[in-house]
Amino acid sequence: MENAVEIKNLSKHYGEVIAVNHISFEVGKGEIFGFLGPNGAGKTTTIRILTGVIKPNGGTANIMGYDILNQSLRVKQIISVVPETSNAYIDLTAWQNLMLIGELYGIPKKERRKRAETLLRKFELHERQNQLVRGFSKGMKQKLILCMALLTEPQVLFLDEPTAGLDVESARLMRDIIRRFNGDGATVFLSTHNMEEANQLCDRIAIINHGRIAAIDTPENLRMKSSSLKSVEVSFNTPVSADELRKISLVAQAKKMGDKIRLYTDEPHNVIKSLIDYAHSKGLVIISLNTLAPTLEDVFVKLTKEQKGD
Amino acid sequence: MREYVFLDQLKRALSIAKKNLRIYYRRGPVVIFGLIMPFFLFLAFSVGRNMPIERLFTGLLGMTIFFSSMSIGPAIVPFEARSRTLERLLSTPVSVWSLLIGDVIASFLYGFLISFVPLTIGLILGVNIANGLILFLGMVLAALCFSSFSVLLSAYPPTDVPSTVMMISNLVKFPLVFISGVFIPIWELQDWGRIIASFSPLTYFTDLVNYSTQGISYYSVFVDFVALIGFAVLFLVFAIKIHEKTLAKRLA
Repeated sequence: MENAVEIKNLSKHYGEVIAVNHISFEVGKGEIFGFLGPNGAGKTTTIRILTGVIKPNGGTANIMGYDILNQSLRVKQIISVVPETSNAYIDLTAWQNLMLIGELYGIPKKERRKRAETLLRKFELHERQNQLVRGFSKGMKQKLILCMALLTEPQVLFLDEPTAGLDVESARLMRDIIRRFNGDGATVFLSTHNMEEANQLCDRIAIINHGRIAAIDTPENLRMKSSSLKSVEVSFNTPVSADELRKISLVAQAKKMGDKIRLYTDEPHNVIKSLIDYAHSKGLVIISLNTLAPTLEDVFVKLTKEQKGD
Repeated sequence: MREYVFLDQLKRALSIAKKNLRIYYRRGPVVIFGLIMPFFLFLAFSVGRNMPIERLFTGLLGMTIFFSSMSIGPAIVPFEARSRTLERLLSTPVSVWSLLIGDVIASFLYGFLISFVPLTIGLILGVNIANGLILFLGMVLAALCFSSFSVLLSAYPPTDVPSTVMMISNLVKFPLVFISGVFIPIWELQDWGRIIASFSPLTYFTDLVNYSTQGISYYSVFVDFVALIGFAVLFLVFAIKIHEKTLAKRLA
């Protein structure tokens, strides 16, 4: 068995609203799989289906070979979830939350205590382990949620926007932990709309929009496939409007980016030549000139816009 | 394997119950609904009326075990839906029946233990309990039955607003108190009153208390026990079936 997650024709609707529209894809064992999409694209619904919280209206899915509908408890035993919003019990202490999760997964008492102690130290929560979660900051709550997810040593870890709203340090710690967890051979299913995070962490990425998969590939391949998103970034000694530069032949689009102007083109080398000619004819001095490969964000915006156009 | 799964799920239900007792049963409103309200209802009913102490005891014990076993049970699921912990529970390897049994166990323990307060008051005031074993078993079954009822009351509508469920729950609970022989023994009711009373599980408990303290009952002890067990099973089965269909609808 090579795949940790296999999804075929999965769909979910709420009345007239289609949240997930016949999606199919696989996640390899040991992969960090990114699930990108704008708000309301169907990311959380997909995760809720895969984690057994809600039932799909159609299609099938299995995790580590177990069917999510017919072997729901088996699936839940080998997965863990880190939701976007903390759902630890705020009227329990961090320690009590961890022990509860350990009990619900049937982890023997001695083992769950040992794991909890290790995780609380790793996440620097051990000094507050006997305080009610009610008094925790958002970052601390999110760390606790990750502790609760890792306590069960899952084979597949689902994370739904795990770093949303976290400070830089906490987000970095969260990403480090995800990498280390994946390094131990576990599979990670990461839903996010943070492009940089997906770029840094994921082996492959699926982009979902309006409940449909718009693209699925490695971050690098996704960028390369979108050759029309190559760009040249230029700045002059005096301000020039983006509209003026849009008139240069071969420039598909021009955007002002701070004191620079980004020109999207299929042929950066020819645009550079035109820019030099333009500067010469207008008596301008080029301060900086860079060619840029498309970012994941560019690809994401392009694909989601294309789907909107459909 | 099936037996292993069953026992395993039962253990997880105990963990749910422990969590509920820690979180929900220490709250002020729970004490108010479970103990203080039945006491004041009892005072409102009994002050100024010349009644034998045994009859007053039946009313106080019946109301306390009824209200305390159902004090927070209906609100737990909506409360957990609102605080998003329900989603956490649904993603763990705990079946819906196990989750609900956990809620029932917590309600049962609370209702059963609280019922010792009116029992102690009754004994201090000189209530003669002729058949302690029947009373004890009756208290166990009644707490279990009302706890199952509380979980059924939380099943519909599938809301995440605890106050909505509590309002509906109160609409059901209060009329039941008045038709269940708590204030007036069943044998003193008119025919239509007795027919209505037979649909309330509380009727069978008050009947058992009357038997234990006064030696008289309308139904036989056997019928009272069977009715309490029957209602408990019925409530629990319906609760599980409805919750299985509606639980996910509570998630935003």
